[in-house]
Amino acid sequence: MDIGAQEFVATRGTVGILGAGRVGTAIARLAVAAGYRVKIATSKPAADNALIIEIVTPGAEAADVPEAADSDLVVVAVPLHKYKSVSAESLAGKVVIDAMNYWSVTDGDIADFEADERSSSEVVAAHLAASRIVKSFNHIGYHEMEPDAAAPGTADRRALAVAGDDADAKERVAEFIDALGFDVVDAGDLAAGKAYEPGTDIFNGRLNSDELSTKLRGSLVTA
Amino acid sequence: MEIGAYSFGDTQRNADGTLRSTTEAVRNLFEAIVHADKSGLDYFGVGEHHTTTMPASSPGAMIAAAAAATTRIKLGSAASIIGTDDPVRIFQQFATADAISGGGRVEITAGRGSSVETFPLFGHSLEEYDDLYAQKLDLLMAINNAETENVTWSGTVRPALDNLAVVPRPASGRLPIWLATGGNASSSARAGQLGLPVSYGIIGGAPHRFAPLADLYRRAGAAAGQSPESLKVSVGALGFVAPTKKEAIDRFYPGWHNLNVEMGRLRGWPAPDKRAYLAQADAPGAYYVGSPDEVAERIVHLHGYLGHMRHFLQMDIGGIPQEQLLESITLLATEVKPRVERLLAQK
Repeated sequence: MDIGAQEFVATRGTVGILGAGRVGTAIARLAVAAGYRVKIATSKPAADNALIIEIVTPGAEAADVPEAADSDLVVVAVPLHKYKSVSAESLAGKVVIDAMNYWSVTDGDIADFEADERSSSEVVAAHLAASRIVKSFNHIGYHEMEPDAAAPGTADRRALAVAGDDADAKERVAEFIDALGFDVVDAGDLAAGKAYEPGTDIFNGRLNSDELSTKLRGSLVTA
Repeated sequence: MEIGAYSFGDTQRNADGTLRSTTEAVRNLFEAIVHADKSGLDYFGVGEHHTTTMPASSPGAMIAAAAAATTRIKLGSAASIIGTDDPVRIFQQFATADAISGGGRVEITAGRGSSVETFPLFGHSLEEYDDLYAQKLDLLMAINNAETENVTWSGTVRPALDNLAVVPRPASGRLPIWLATGGNASSSARAGQLGLPVSYGIIGGAPHRFAPLADLYRRAGAAAGQSPESLKVSVGALGFVAPTKKEAIDRFYPGWHNLNVEMGRLRGWPAPDKRAYLAQADAPGAYYVGSPDEVAERIVHLHGYLGHMRHFLQMDIGGIPQEQLLESITLLATEVKPRVERLLAQK
């Protein structure tokens, strides 16, 4: 399927997005606007999503999971309790952005995360063991992404944190986030992503890069 | 355009911030609905909620009581969390309320609920979340669409009905059943495919950003062969009306602050920031807070994007004083509604 691709010329790489919920579609719209070729897949066949993608994320393409996974970057934005339904095999070797959160008040207690002291992205990474996981986008509301996106150099531009164990993967994700409209602050390794999970000061706070850096440093000192 | 209100119940607070009784909250909600009817509001929705601060746990009981005490207003749930309830019971309660109302004033809005309190409360597993919702919606529609009292249905989340009577039947044969969604695209597509009216809960961001969803809803409905008359859109949002914008902002803020302190504690949000509140309270933000002129203009502005037929506001959050809620309801019915009608007629 390549609904909507005809009138669209991608000038950057390809981004696969798993999940057509509010987070996935908001990132998709920003990525299309930034010039990426965007392929969105859900657990349903591509044809079932065609109308949704055409109207809600014009310029993106409805794809099946293997096709979306075969992109330069893959964003996983499914409800966290479904994380194990994401095919580890199809994402092997890929740079994968984990935009999910463990948010028990809306998702309920999920045993895998409740029983684990690690950051939720480390638990996800254990499942996607052959992927290069970077945690980001989880600390901005889906409805804030488009209004808050701004060109590089914009005063007080909102910043997003990245955490990951693979420096090259983080670099690529940082480039993507900057293209979408946000400054990027490196929080450290994947475990450091705990500093901006639900319940932290950073989670959902609207911060520029200086403020975010300061908050991240503070969390490391007290950790 | 119908103008209305909705509530999850709002427990009042003492001067030291401690909560007053949930009994009082239920009485206040009942009083607000009766007042809304007398004031001329078109719709009142009671949202199923199970928290100490928002204790409207039983929309069916509240609506049955309100049906007996009102004469014109439409009454509905906003929403009934059908995944964790029994659709047979929901239907029976609302059909009973419909009979008491004189017929034709009672609706069901089916939703998933944005929180998960009902899962441990009623003993359901979150792993079945999607399946429970899909099957129970199917059952609710099967009961509503049945040609007689006797219903046949089978699924895996509830015992089958084999030609069993589900009574009473609604006075006009069927109850309006709305599908509530907070903006997930596939929910809009599903509502359209099923030919159910859709109710958008817009609680953050710019409401006109829902325009593609309403478009998706109507196109998915048309593609599935649903009639245009069956495809209706309503919008529920936070809001507050006072004689002036400043009064509206000042009156609604403490409740907004209290609610966000509580939600922040539960959901890991940062401390509420008044600047965020003020930003949302101005066009094109999510909160319909203002004078009658401004609220009316903003509703009509959104109508240009969504073509919705009903706009209803949640005004009682975080312990908003009851007298201020009642005044806001009065203004919504007597000042906002006529302005909306006038502005729409000019278009």
